[in-house]
Amino acid sequence: MSNSEKEARKKIRRTAINKNWTLFKQSRLGIVGLGIVLFFAFLAILQPILFLSGVWNEAVYDPVVGYEPERVNLLVVECPQQYPTEKYAEPNDCPARGEVNKVLVFDPSVSVGDYYETSLQPAPPSSKHILGTDSLGRDIFSQLMEGSQVAFLLGLLSATVGVALSTVLGSIAAFFGGRVDAYLMRQSDLVLMLPFLPLLFIISAFVELKVWHLAVVLGILGGLGGSVITIKSAALQVKVKPFVDSARITGGSRMGILFSHILPNVAPLALLFMVFSVTGAIASESVLSFLGLLNIDMSWGLMIYLSQTDGYIFSGLKYWWLILPAGLSVTFLAGGFYLVGRGLDEVFNPRLRER
Amino acid sequence: MQENILEVNNLNMHYETISGEVAAVKDITFHVKKGESFGLVGESGCGKTSVAMSLVQLQADNAKISSGSIKLDGQELIGLSENELRSVRWDGISIVFQGAMNAWNPVIKIGEQIREAIREHYPNNTKLQNIEKIKELFEMVGLDESIIDRFPHELSGGMKQRAVIALALSCNPKLVIADEPTTALDVVIQDQILNEIKKVQDLLGLSLIYISHDIAVIAEMTERMAVMYAGRIVESGPTKDIFANPKHSYTRALLESTPSVVGDKVKLNSLDGEPPSLIDSIEGCSFAPRCPNKTISCNSSLKSELVEVSPEHFVDVCNAESLNT
Amino acid sequence: MKKNLIEVKNLEKYFETSAGLFSRKKSTIKAVDGISFEIPFGESLGLVGQSGCGKTTTARALCLLDEKTSGEVNFYNSDTKNMESIDNLNEEELKSFRRNIQMIFQDPYESLNPRWNIKDIILEPLNIHNIGSLSEREDAVVEILKTVGLTPPENYLPRYPHELSGGQRQRVSIARTLIMKPKFVVCDEPTSMLDVSIRISIMDLMLNLANDLEVSYLYITHDLAVARYMCNRIAVMFNGKIVEIAETEELLKNPIHPYTKRLISSIPVPDPTYERVVYDIDYTELDNIIATDTGNIGMVDIGNEHFVATHDVKGIL
Repeated sequence: MSNSEKEARKKIRRTAINKNWTLFKQSRLGIVGLGIVLFFAFLAILQPILFLSGVWNEAVYDPVVGYEPERVNLLVVECPQQYPTEKYAEPNDCPARGEVNKVLVFDPSVSVGDYYETSLQPAPPSSKHILGTDSLGRDIFSQLMEGSQVAFLLGLLSATVGVALSTVLGSIAAFFGGRVDAYLMRQSDLVLMLPFLPLLFIISAFVELKVWHLAVVLGILGGLGGSVITIKSAALQVKVKPFVDSARITGGSRMGILFSHILPNVAPLALLFMVFSVTGAIASESVLSFLGLLNIDMSWGLMIYLSQTDGYIFSGLKYWWLILPAGLSVTFLAGGFYLVGRGLDEVFNPRLRER
Repeated sequence: MQENILEVNNLNMHYETISGEVAAVKDITFHVKKGESFGLVGESGCGKTSVAMSLVQLQADNAKISSGSIKLDGQELIGLSENELRSVRWDGISIVFQGAMNAWNPVIKIGEQIREAIREHYPNNTKLQNIEKIKELFEMVGLDESIIDRFPHELSGGMKQRAVIALALSCNPKLVIADEPTTALDVVIQDQILNEIKKVQDLLGLSLIYISHDIAVIAEMTERMAVMYAGRIVESGPTKDIFANPKHSYTRALLESTPSVVGDKVKLNSLDGEPPSLIDSIEGCSFAPRCPNKTISCNSSLKSELVEVSPEHFVDVCNAESLNT
Repeated sequence: MKKNLIEVKNLEKYFETSAGLFSRKKSTIKAVDGISFEIPFGESLGLVGQSGCGKTTTARALCLLDEKTSGEVNFYNSDTKNMESIDNLNEEELKSFRRNIQMIFQDPYESLNPRWNIKDIILEPLNIHNIGSLSEREDAVVEILKTVGLTPPENYLPRYPHELSGGQRQRVSIARTLIMKPKFVVCDEPTSMLDVSIRISIMDLMLNLANDLEVSYLYITHDLAVARYMCNRIAVMFNGKIVEIAETEELLKNPIHPYTKRLISSIPVPDPTYERVVYDIDYTELDNIIATDTGNIGMVDIGNEHFVATHDVKGIL
């Protein structure tokens, strides 16, 4: 390739990327989505940086094994039988902040009105722990960042596996037709019919599911399902285009045409699917963790699970930091990826564009 | 009494796009006399469909008419409200779009769709009156009246096109615009439909604007015509005059590049290059880059204007000297 | 006797469709219903007909894109110096067949892969057939770009199809098709989607290349005027059959079959003073010719290499 040609190629590639970026920018949904995704990506990267740079002491801030050793003095109170009283409006209000119920103190030498020194867990947000700690004294914010890492890993891995699978299968079904196509379509129908979550439950009963196990399982289930049908129909549309005929007449081999002509033209749709399937993966993980079916050290779903098993989930807003950050993160990141997909759709689907 | 059914003066229309303003119609001036058929010929991108859409004020959302006047039988159309326009559309001026035969709603019978149009303008008609009217129209365009109860997919391309013409005539318009009505049809059917159009025109005393890229069709269908290039009219006048004596180089190139089945087989000439992109505003003669007859006096930065070379025969040039080639 | 490049005898292509949801009966659409023609070396045949007449189906069957239902297609094999059938070709024979028969498509927007750049598009045939070294292939691409008028070639090599105009795209298609120097090219209305003023330049290019490279065209079009410009012989197709076939000027001056007459008389003429010759649908001449077809051959030679079909068209026209 001559130099002038290389220059021209670079310039053309740049303009193509610029053009796509301009189109993406136009989609407000896409930009919002991208912002959300970047925010969580930043969180995921932030945690190791904080540890490595020494800003955070691992012993305290590690999301799984960290422990906040700070101790506080709590006033020992006895909660009344009848409400409302002068001090408390509802049963939930007793014990209040800075107090502890006499019933929970197992030291017989302590009585009502004394101060009891203990570690405060779960601790509300403070300057040391901006989102507080959980019932084991672990920093919530650190857990959130760890969960972000898990979400990205899981989401992207399962999406990649799923999309690779469905693209290849869909293209094969379209290209070869006949019995191969019939078999693949029936297989897809079968997978579509299977109830997704119950299936995951069953799998988790037999196999110990770690994060990347789950990613692969989700990828395979997703990849064999309905997306095969959609990719197949996209591939069919490409197959009947004159340039494919042209390649056949020129003497191209079937596999050669499949890989060099059909797949590249199906790729944008596949990319779109990939982004959307991340959403599903993140949501699935949180459900499974919430039900305690995953062997996972830390994730957003696990955070909510723990708050439920510890009994805090019905405490109303009293222990909000145990539930809201994790729950909102799942919602926002899953939603963020979806919005990015919508934005990408405008780039790839010219009919949706406004002039 | 107006002699002209349509007068268009200095019409300018542009589209607003991401990449900038695209001037689709530049300073267009022409008129159509009552009862005559007027041809508008040009290649893709020359602006002829934009002109058509402007005439019925059905231009796209991002299209803006920046200046000019369109007078239908003396009434100015630019600036009318949407309500006022709706009463003008279809009974003052109607249009047969490009690809209109594919614009039928597939789940509604043909007759019902035409009645819908009639009801808009004649709400007091009874259903029977409307059906009678449609039967009349169908007879004019050569369709059997049983078509009234058929669905679009049951008709052939030619039949759908005839039905579209019937639809365009359903509210007794004074002027009908036909934008490439026969492009997708076979030449045998095209011939039949062109004959129907001529017949209908004679019968109703209709004025017709016929838009096409096919100059052979324009030659047979029209009495006066205009040639468009890059948004401007480059030549206009009586059809016979223009064919006999084309003055603008683009017109000549167009005539010289059309193969024919009659006459001797001749070597034809073609044009190099492509029509200019309408995003860049062009000073002066927009055809100069491709013109095979450029003279030294063709200073392409001069503004071009219409010059009358013979009765009613106008040519768009930058300087009158170049006409002597 | 002229040496034939391709001989087609009774080519048939039928499509079977099921008649309905509950009907077991299948209906057959005879897209191509027994057509025969020959194309000698150095000549071009125009296949003219209206949409649905079977001309594109014929093209696809000849190029082995779709399988024909029956009939013989023989192609001259320069290695064996014999006319050989295109049936039952093994992989090697098929590949060599593919070097010599190519097709140019109608739609300039859909006949080039939008994800490939121009260089790769034109290189593909050379890569598939492993011709020459890599640098020789690249040189050949540059040469053919110059030949089809896309100069300077460096400007076009790295571009993508959507950056080119319709006319330029068709030139790329022509370059890709002819870089292999095939003997036979099927052209499926390559100019009907282009602007009128550039059609001639594409057609002239194809004519020049045909001369220089000794290529024969089967030029498919609905436009008789275009067929006249491109071909020295024209076959008129109707309803899956060829109804008349003759040298171009002979056909236009002396059409015999009622369908040909009707076709010619429907074509608008770019001259407002010209009165078109309107042929009446008159079957007497055809009946006379049918009467002479005692052997029921189907095509009668009325002299001067002018053939007329004798099958029944009354009522269908």
